[in-house]
Amino acid sequence: MYDVLTILVDGVVYASWLFIVALGLTLIFGVLRILNIAHGSMYAIGAYAAVTLAPLAPALGLPPVFSLLAMLIAALAVAIVLAPLMERGLLRLFYGRDEVLILLITYAVFLILEDVSKLIWGVNPYYLFEPRNLFGTVEIGDLFYVGYDLMLIALAAVCGLAVWLGLNKTKVGKIVLAVIHNPDVSACMGVNIARIYLLAFFVGVFLAALAGAFTAPLISVQPGISVSVIILSFAVVIIGGLGSIPGAAIGAVVVGIVRAAAVYELPEAEIFIVYLVMAIVLVFRPEGLFQRTQARKI
Amino acid sequence: MHASTRRTYLSGLILAAALLVVGFLLPAWLLFTVTKAIGYGLVALGIITLMRGGLVSFGQGLVYCIGAYAAGLLATRIGVTEAPLLLLVGMVASGLVGLLVGPLIARYRGIFFAMLTVALSMVLYGILVKMNAIGGSDGFTLPEPTFFGWQPDVGTSDLALYVTAVIVACAAATACRLYYDSMAGMMALAVRENELRVEYLGSSVFNVTVRNFAIAAALGGLGGSLNAMALGHIDPLFSFWTTSGEFVFISVLAGHLSVGAVFVSALILELVRSFSNRYFPETWQMIIGIFLIATIIFLPGGVGSLFQRVLKRGPAAGRGESAENEGRAAP
Repeated sequence: MYDVLTILVDGVVYASWLFIVALGLTLIFGVLRILNIAHGSMYAIGAYAAVTLAPLAPALGLPPVFSLLAMLIAALAVAIVLAPLMERGLLRLFYGRDEVLILLITYAVFLILEDVSKLIWGVNPYYLFEPRNLFGTVEIGDLFYVGYDLMLIALAAVCGLAVWLGLNKTKVGKIVLAVIHNPDVSACMGVNIARIYLLAFFVGVFLAALAGAFTAPLISVQPGISVSVIILSFAVVIIGGLGSIPGAAIGAVVVGIVRAAAVYELPEAEIFIVYLVMAIVLVFRPEGLFQRTQARKI
Repeated sequence: MHASTRRTYLSGLILAAALLVVGFLLPAWLLFTVTKAIGYGLVALGIITLMRGGLVSFGQGLVYCIGAYAAGLLATRIGVTEAPLLLLVGMVASGLVGLLVGPLIARYRGIFFAMLTVALSMVLYGILVKMNAIGGSDGFTLPEPTFFGWQPDVGTSDLALYVTAVIVACAAATACRLYYDSMAGMMALAVRENELRVEYLGSSVFNVTVRNFAIAAALGGLGGSLNAMALGHIDPLFSFWTTSGEFVFISVLAGHLSVGAVFVSALILELVRSFSNRYFPETWQMIIGIFLIATIIFLPGGVGSLFQRVLKRGPAAGRGESAENEGRAAP
């Protein structure tokens, strides 16, 4: 029997980066009504960009803290390049079409990006150790935790708070909420819908890449990480309710803790326990935990 | 018998005969590819059945895998190697799973339906990976199938399996065409257009969905058991979501206008896979992705709409199809 505290801390650390990915996914779905399968690729490319850029800081003789800055820049660069390309270049063509059709388009983009990242970075794993040593270790209960992992929790909180504040307390955010509520009326009121869509998509991609960049020190960055992340973050947003920020947070914590508990208590179930939870939630709450049921259209 | 029903039977028979004759002329590698494509096509035919009702399953790997494992376990554990029996068992096993799962997920639509099917298939994947008694993540190898007691030698076993596959595929395609054109099958189109009206008119959307899901599951199981024999080896990846993605790809490429188009699309996928494995081993997913986008943009009705353009004059082409016309690749 493992300590409840151990499971809790491990689960919350896991939940933190998963929340950042899911936050981007749920934001994109909320505004653009697109469930982006390629979101996992954004995460993977963010991680690849980080392992490429972060070692530059020590190489240039800068203090190690700058590698964190390099990871941030890496995530930003991924979003600046990929978000406009995908949203303006491709997804724009399918607005107003069936949600499932757009799902297929993003699946195609996922397939393409999968091979593109193999072409750029090859198939060998990359490792990034240095940043993980930046924050020392912290003792919780009887166990020592890497400070960097706990920093991820803070990062997740900052991201969630920033997106929530941005949406609810700024003018742009209120416009975004108006677009979510009704794009057509917003357009009539003079809102540049295309710009709002691009903005939301950009922020969503940035969050995925950010999560990728900051988890790069925890994992070996290699082909295949996008596949597992996308399925996990889908489970998170489906459990929480698509398009809901608190939902993504709750979903991430549920998935994180359930997975951590499975790792310690029932290792055989680790691979599928998350999907099982998702299926159970869907059976009882078809729209997820945080989604109000919508009226049927006749 | 109605004229169009007779025409469906006849075209099924002619197609089967033609494909059987062609089979004796094809080189061995192509025989294997076509057999495998038929297996894929059968699963995709199931997705088409669902698509007509407005649903896309992103987790058909579930039933594909169950069909394959049912046949595989029967062959390795009990020692039944009779190909027709294995196909039947695979189909029945998956059909039963479809009947069980169908009522659970019949009230979901769109993305939720798609994601729930993914979740179920991934649960199966997770379980199979950990079940070391049946091979775990490595899967296991099947014995060579026999055909009514006859054990073909190495040179002819591909051909024997091809003949079986062609017969099964033509029978399944004919049965699906008849079902789609029947009152019960047409109901799916009405459900896609407006569920509430269907309910008000006295039909049950739930029943239509469950029936279509069970049919799709049975077809998936059939495809799974066929491919288990064709490949000679099965592993949990049969249930992985990227496998299901390929089935969706085939269905979108085919469109839901023609049952024959499904097998053509499956063959296209298999040929693209073979050639890119040979010439562009690193980029075959990319090629598939570009292909998928191009299909949705330039051929929204799928390959089936090409057939329709050629056959436009006949009354059969117009009947029952006018409602499900161009402009929507996936419903």
